Amino acid sequence: MTSSAGLHLKTFVLIFFMILFGPLGNVSLSKGMKTIGAISLHSPGDLLRIGVQILQSPFIWLGVLLLLMFFVSYLLVLSWADYSFVQPAGSIAYAVVALWAHFLLKEPISPTRWAGVCVICLGVLIVGHTSEQK
Amino acid sequence: MAWETVLLLLIVFAGTSGELCVTRAMKTIGEVHDFRPSSLLRVMLRAIQVPWMWLGVALMAVAFFSLLGALSMENVSFVVPVTALSYAAGALGGQVFLGERVSRRRWLGVLLVCIGVTLVFLGRK
Repeated sequence: MTSSAGLHLKTFVLIFFMILFGPLGNVSLSKGMKTIGAISLHSPGDLLRIGVQILQSPFIWLGVLLLLMFFVSYLLVLSWADYSFVQPAGSIAYAVVALWAHFLLKEPISPTRWAGVCVICLGVLIVGHTSEQK
Repeated sequence: MAWETVLLLLIVFAGTSGELCVTRAMKTIGEVHDFRPSSLLRVMLRAIQVPWMWLGVALMAVAFFSLLGALSMENVSFVVPVTALSYAAGALGGQVFLGERVSRRRWLGVLLVCIGVTLVFLGRK
């Protein structure tokens, strides 16, 4: 990594917030939607019923709040740092999601899937690392 | 399965386009220096006056509801890694629609992401 102007403390703090809030938000949404169950749409009434269930789920609200905090951190950091810097810095979030899913939601994750998640993190890191060159 | 694929594609494509629109909007506003709540509020007020922000937020809303739909059927440790395909969409879109030159190393990263997503699919049990 180069010591470009985007690497101040505030960049790191906000990227840390992104990595903290983003994955937790997704995990919370997942918990909420699992409680509601698989969506099947047979009539327009189903959509309304599911909408009401979504609005009544505390986990969905928590997830939305966390993702909102993620989003605000993301918007702020994007006002000075390049998208192509911020995006790869967030690559670790893919591993963090899998870790939370495993430890908080007790999702079974096969070794193949862990390997896939690690390869994705590596790929995202490489994608971003190159895109700063013009 | 088909319905689920549509949702995953929407998360990837609507999400990526939304982020690009929002980035463009924030760049027209300029760097945020002041983090007091009143100043942040002013930044937000300026942000909502940029049309790109609205388009971006609308696209991200589509991606969000698709995410909820996908999460109701699948594990989060499956859905979120699959959305990394947005890097492939970004590189492809940049080259095809914006005429950007995508470096060989970047394609290597995209290839790795695709391999990773394939492994995540294979490890579905």
